[in-house]
Order: sequence, then C-alpha cells, then structure tokens
Amino acid sequence: MSHVAHSSTTNTARTERSATASKAYAAFLGIGLVLLVVAPMFFYPIFLMKLLCFALFACAFNLLLGYTGLLSFGHATFFGGAAYFTAHVVKEWGVTPEIGILIGVAGAALLGLIMGFFAIRRQGIYFAMITLALSQMFFFFCLQAGFTHGEDGIQSVPRGHLFGFIDLADTTSMYYFVLGVFLIGMIVIWRFINSPFGMILKSIRENEQRAVSLGYSVARYKLGAFVMSAALSGLAGGTKALVFQFATLTDVGWQMSGEVILMTLLGGIGTLIGPVFGAGLVVTLQNYLATSQFPVTIITGVVFMVCVLLFRRGIIGEFYASRLGRKLGFEHRR
Amino acid sequence: MTMIFGIPLQAFMGQLLIGLINGSFYALLSLGLAVIFGLLRVINFAHGAQYMLGAFVAMLMLQYFGINYWFALLLAPIVVGLFGAVIERLLLSRLYKLDHLYGLLFTFGLALTIEGTFRYLYGSSGQPYAPPPALTGATNLGFMFLPNYRGWVVVVSLIACIGTWLLIEKTKLGAYLRAATENPTLVQAFGVNVPMLLTLTYALGAGLAAFAGVLAAPVYQVSPLMGSNIIIVVFAVVVVGGMGSIMGAIVTGYMLGIAEGLTKVFYPEASNIVIFVIMAIVLLIRPAGLFGRDA
Repeated sequence: MSHVAHSSTTNTARTERSATASKAYAAFLGIGLVLLVVAPMFFYPIFLMKLLCFALFACAFNLLLGYTGLLSFGHATFFGGAAYFTAHVVKEWGVTPEIGILIGVAGAALLGLIMGFFAIRRQGIYFAMITLALSQMFFFFCLQAGFTHGEDGIQSVPRGHLFGFIDLADTTSMYYFVLGVFLIGMIVIWRFINSPFGMILKSIRENEQRAVSLGYSVARYKLGAFVMSAALSGLAGGTKALVFQFATLTDVGWQMSGEVILMTLLGGIGTLIGPVFGAGLVVTLQNYLATSQFPVTIITGVVFMVCVLLFRRGIIGEFYASRLGRKLGFEHRR
Repeated sequence: MTMIFGIPLQAFMGQLLIGLINGSFYALLSLGLAVIFGLLRVINFAHGAQYMLGAFVAMLMLQYFGINYWFALLLAPIVVGLFGAVIERLLLSRLYKLDHLYGLLFTFGLALTIEGTFRYLYGSSGQPYAPPPALTGATNLGFMFLPNYRGWVVVVSLIACIGTWLLIEKTKLGAYLRAATENPTLVQAFGVNVPMLLTLTYALGAGLAAFAGVLAAPVYQVSPLMGSNIIIVVFAVVVVGGMGSIMGAIVTGYMLGIAEGLTKVFYPEASNIVIFVIMAIVLLIRPAGLFGRDA
C-alpha cells in the first residue's frame, strides 16, 4: 500500500483522522440500521428481502475479490447450490428453516472446498476461467440431477417455523429474520477481514511473492478465503430460497456470477459496505425493468463497461476518495 | 454390421465426426483467444459474441442484400474485425495499464451488451441458414455417409488454423507480433507502430471468431445465445492447452472436441461436462496446462 506514514507527525494526524472516520462510520451504521428496521413500512418487504440477500451475496463475493484479490467467475454455484440444498431439505425432509439454511451453508462450503482446490492451482485470469468452467459443470449437474427437478426447479418451498415456533409465512417475521441473517453475515465478514487471517489475505493480495517468502502457505490461505466466501454466499442463497419459496436454474447460471461481480464493482471493490449499495442499485434496476420489454442484459453490459472504463473505485470507493470522504478521514485504495 | 468397442461402426464414426466438427470450432476460437491474449494480455470474453456476430452478419447479408455464403465467409470476418478494431482503439486500449482482470470484465460487459441487443432484436430462438448448394448432399465413404458441408468445415477450419499459425510463426508481421509479445517497449523503439499492431491483433482475433461463426451457421442454428454457450467450453479448452502456444491451442481444441464426441457414444449423460472434467484432471497433473509455459 502507498499510505505508509513516514514520520510521527503524519502518524498522529492519521490516527486522528481515522478516529473521525470510525465516528463517521458509526454514525452511518446507526442511520443504516434504523433505516433497515423501519424500511418495511415504506417499501415492499419481498423487494427488501431480495435486496438484503443479494447484498450479503455481493459482500461475500467481495471477501474474495476485494480482500484476497481473486476474481471468481463461479459464485453462482454457491448461491444457487445452497438455494437448492435448503429448498430440498426444508421441503422434502421437513426440517426447520434455520437448520435448512445451515445445511445450505455447509453444502456451499463443501462445493467451495472442491472448486477452490482446483482453482487456486492457477492465478489471475486462469483462476477466473477455471471457476467459470467448474460452475458451468455444476449448472449441467443441476440440470440433470433428480432432486433439482431440472427446468422446473424446486417449487412451493414452505417457509416453516423458525426454531419451531415463529411462523415465517408472516411477511413481517420473515423480513426481520432475513435482516437478522444479513447482519450476522456482515458481522462475520467484518470480523473475518479484521482478523489476523484477513490481514494475511490482504498481504497476499498486495504481494503474493512476499507473503510466500515470509513463510505463509499462500495456497492454504487462499483456499480458506474461498471456502469462507462460498459459505457466506450459501447463507445468502439459502435465505433467498426461503424468501421466494423456490430454487431454480437461474441462480446457478453464469449470468448470476456476472451479476454479483457487477454489484461489487459498482459499489466498490474492497470496501466493506460498497457491495450493499451495488446490490441495491442492480436489484432496483432489475425491478424497474422487469415490467418493460427492454432486456436487462443490455443495461447490465453497458454499466459493466462504463464502470470498468471510468468508475473503477465504485460508488463507495469514489466517496472515500472524494474531498468529503477524505475530510471524514476515510482512506481509499487503487 | 461392423462393431467397434461394442458400438455400431456407423454410430461411432458419426459421433467422431460431430466431435471433429465441434473440435474445429473449439480450435478456431481458442486460437483467436490465444492470439489476442499473447499480445494484449486480455482474455476476450466477447469472443463468443463475435462468433455469434459472424453468423448473424452472414444471415442478415443473405436476407437483405442476397449476398451468398461464399462472399459472406469473406465479408463477415472483415465486418466483425473492423468492429473489433473500433472497440479496441476507442475503449479496450485504455485498460492495458491496469490489472488484466479489467480487460476480462470489460469484454464480459461487451459480450452481454451484444448478446442482449441481438436477443432484443431477433428473439432467443435459432434461425436456419442453408448451406451453399455446392456443398449439400453427402458422400458415401464406404463405412459411413459424410455430409459434404461437414467435411468442408473440417477441412477449411484446419486450413484457417494452419494459415494463422504460419502467419504468426513464418511471416515478418508475425515476427513483429511475437517480438512485441516479448518486449513491446523495445519493439516500439525500433520504429514498429505497436498500438497499431495491437489493434490489428484484436481485429484478427475477432475476425477469426466471426469466420468460425459463418462456418457454424449452417451446422447449428443462428441464435443470439450460440456465443455464450460455446465460450465457456472454449475457456476450459484454453485452460487445458495453456495459452503459451498457438499450436497448443489448435491441437487441444481438436482433441477435446473428439473426446466430447466419443463421450456421446459411450456415456451420453456426461457429454456436456466431459471437457470440464478433463480440465480438472489436467489441473491436478499439469497445473500449467498441456502446452503452457506460464502458470
């Protein structure tokens, strides 16, 4: 990183500034939480739940791209795979929703372990292509496997009773359940990137050779990050299956992997909160265009190109780098 | 009836031919990807879209101007190549200084835009494109009937592959290209216009994709989705072959096409994943790819 402080004076200035930054962060966090709690009074709750699921998915993806520097083009496997697992066990085995989601998370983590095992053997662009190819393989598996019901998908999944007694068929309860899942996921991500493990991941992102020479087993750390990211994507996917009460092939297709990249890029790669905004924008856009004839792919494609050409820091990254952002003491990278 | 490995010879040869045809397209497309990647260090995700564009340009030229297959085979690559040159010069060239992943993401966006536009204009279903009259019908080879057009595809794509290989390995332009791959700054210092070389390379790659698209139009149907269906498989081919060598890309393309065809004979359920499975095995045994130099 280029922000190494050279003297004690700049060090003090930096500590003061990051103190204002954490105050600003706390303030934004408080406002955000209040907004999320009261939001269902003003917006359509299903829309909000969809937004929260995709926001968590994008943040989980960003754990890998933003904090480890690995671009996965196959994250739909974990999101959609967990959706299938959760939907199947809740519908066919009759387990409670929280157990269903946990099974989805475990399944996604296992898929992540397998895909990661192969993908970390190559770097950069090859990593992206391998994850894409393996996730396409999983797509074909889902197309042919019996329990996914092929083109039909798993339909009319019951939401069930949380812990056996809270009826999630009630939209309000469901919303606060999803909000709870989202917050747990975000806390895990925040804790993870600020742990010693997360610090080593960042060092791998910045300079892999140096991390190797310092004696870190880079492959193992990459695999750990991959599995973690896959499991959290599974948390989002399993929850989404309960919100919409179905799991289909759409969630495992490569287009979904592309969408989550766009959300992260748009919000800000490597920022904790950016992907939430990116997901919000993309989901809102899809909602607006859902009723029109105009295909979403064209807009998605154009936004992709514009982001890459002009806007690589994303919304939150640009804010951090702006005069106001710097005054508040935020740092920006890249 | 003659049997081979317990399979009727006829069925066996038929699937082998289909594998050879698919392999021809894999070879042409992975060759283009390797040429572009070699010089630009960009993985061209829009390669599938450019392949689709080639087929569409041929079909539209026939519909609106009555331009036949033979001229389309020549003109469509030029049209798509020019389109590629414009994209490279105006947009893609701004990304060379950055991480290679941005090139991949940009071309992914380009692919989505092109595919979305054609789906909007022409719908998702495929449209037929008739093979030229000179190549209809079939030839009796004794052990099987070979549809003439399919034979033509195998021959002409082999010629195109070898031609491209000769262009890059044996001509002066190819020598410039290879030199610029090794050290662009030095080549520029010798007075070679490297940015122009980059544009030409991208146009050549896009043109090759379009050429494959025109060849494919009579075999498969012309559909906006034909590009994204094939490009992911081609990525797996490229991972198996490694992008270090042009010949490696060609050989791997044909090999995997044939492997896919044979899987259709012996275990049809696995035919659309066999290439990915081979990719996984190669990653275990030789992580750099069969012909790869760089990991």
